[in-house]
Amino acid sequence: MEVTAEVVRNIAELAQLKVVEADIRILAKSMENILELAEQMQSIDTTGIEPVSNPLDATQSLRPDVVTETNQRELFQSIAPATDDGLYLVPRVVE
Amino acid sequence: MLDRTLNEQLRGLDKGEYSSVDLTRAYLDKISANNQLNCFISIADDALQQANEADKLRASGSAKPLLGIPIAHKDIFCQSGVKTTAGSKMLDNFVAPYDSTVVARLRQAGVISLGKTNMDEFAMGSSNESSYYGSVKNPWEESCVPGGSSGGSAAAVAARLCSAATGTDTGGSIRQPAAFCGVTGIKPTYGRVSRWGMIAYASSLDQAGPIATTAQDCALLLAQMAGHDPKDSTSSKNETDDYLGKLDKDIKDVTIGLCTEHIQSLDSSMSQILDQVVKKLELLGASFKEISLPTSHLAIPAYYIIAPAECSANLSRFDGVRYGYRCEAPVNLEDLYKRSRSESFGAEVKNRIMVGTFALSAGYYDAYYKKAQQIRRLIKNDFLSAFEKVDVILGPTTPGPAFAIGEKSDDQVAMYLQDIFTISANLAGLPAMSFPAGFIGKLPVGMQLTGRYFDEARLLNIAHQFQQDTRWHKQQPGDLL
Repeated sequence: MEVTAEVVRNIAELAQLKVVEADIRILAKSMENILELAEQMQSIDTTGIEPVSNPLDATQSLRPDVVTETNQRELFQSIAPATDDGLYLVPRVVE
Repeated sequence: MLDRTLNEQLRGLDKGEYSSVDLTRAYLDKISANNQLNCFISIADDALQQANEADKLRASGSAKPLLGIPIAHKDIFCQSGVKTTAGSKMLDNFVAPYDSTVVARLRQAGVISLGKTNMDEFAMGSSNESSYYGSVKNPWEESCVPGGSSGGSAAAVAARLCSAATGTDTGGSIRQPAAFCGVTGIKPTYGRVSRWGMIAYASSLDQAGPIATTAQDCALLLAQMAGHDPKDSTSSKNETDDYLGKLDKDIKDVTIGLCTEHIQSLDSSMSQILDQVVKKLELLGASFKEISLPTSHLAIPAYYIIAPAECSANLSRFDGVRYGYRCEAPVNLEDLYKRSRSESFGAEVKNRIMVGTFALSAGYYDAYYKKAQQIRRLIKNDFLSAFEKVDVILGPTTPGPAFAIGEKSDDQVAMYLQDIFTISANLAGLPAMSFPAGFIGKLPVGMQLTGRYFDEARLLNIAHQFQQDTRWHKQQPGDLL
């Protein structure tokens, strides 16, 4: 299928990637190559076939609802780009 | 002592022929002398200290199973206090605040961590060329790729810069580099080894495993790595098999399948090597049957939808807020997210995020993602039928030997086709391993064994029996310092 510049911009927005105009054609071509490969899947009928999401068909296991982790905020924030008083800093969101 | 297998090194340590400090120092020197291979992203500055501790423990009678053995970890495993990059600029400044279960278990077993090995960025690649830290070179021929994504681990073992290393395998990332570098590696059943602390690429496919020179060494490592982990809800509660105990069984009762579709596609040199391996295994008592995996030609198309879809979700965590790369002077929150991601992810990672986001987007989900998951069922069913007739399936790990650096980097799809024989095992979640089986020119090639769920012990047993009677796994690249 043809991947238009508009599709690339829309998907980049969903994926939170900044795409410069010069790269749109390259990305579109690359997406087209992979989607063309994926087209081969249409060669067989899969009506009624149960999709596999876990290869062992396992379902989510449950555990007792008890605290197992300790608070390590200082350790985790020590590797953050910017923090202040226990909070992660980002540019102002609300004026 | 560096030419010895991990198992032999353990005996050497036991007998006092050398200490862990001797071994570790010798490896650090050899790593430094072979820097051009670019196998490592970082070297542990406390390796000798760890070795010294191990020697003290040994002197005091400790019985840790791998005590004092230096190994390397793929730089996808978080190691507390150690830079863990996943081969990406995004994590170039990331010092992991905790240990992955694989690292913790192996440390508990007594290993020394020499450092972290180079890899394709976020494990996305079959050649190691997508690493932010540059390509790893194949020790057999430095103009060739080592394979990927665990290329640093496989090349390091091949060059005897360590006797073993950890790897991860989402579509062949342990087996393909093991084949290209002439070493042995196993991808266990999905869920056999905990994924806790292993930076996620495609969570329903990812699995960790060992790379070493022999099946026996892989068994020694897997015995420590495998087992249920409450921290990974997809890790299996099945009891761990006796990988070491079953190595010495004869293989007279084993029926091995050869996949018609795969055999037909082989070129003559790979075909000859397969024939020789079949003859050897027949001499050891195994019997052979042809089997069919009729959906196997759709494994690559299905994989290149499923893996990107899962990667697009997994990599959404990298936002420049809590850890990792943050762009300079963001004007607002959206700019912070977008530029932090775009300035630090490489081209292949961005491609896969884009394809995955597309495949999961409204209006396309059924045609791509659901369709791929349905094909995954057919691939799994093909294997289940085959395993009613045979115990394991044998075939080449890759279509050919290692290719030249740069040869396929402009042709995405040609690169993806490298994974044609390895991907199905990930889609079905089955265990599979690669072991050295010959050479094409001066480059090694590997054979792959795929087994039933949780039948790792049988794969290791067959490869071990083959290695008792052959010398391919003992070959080493020349011209290294």
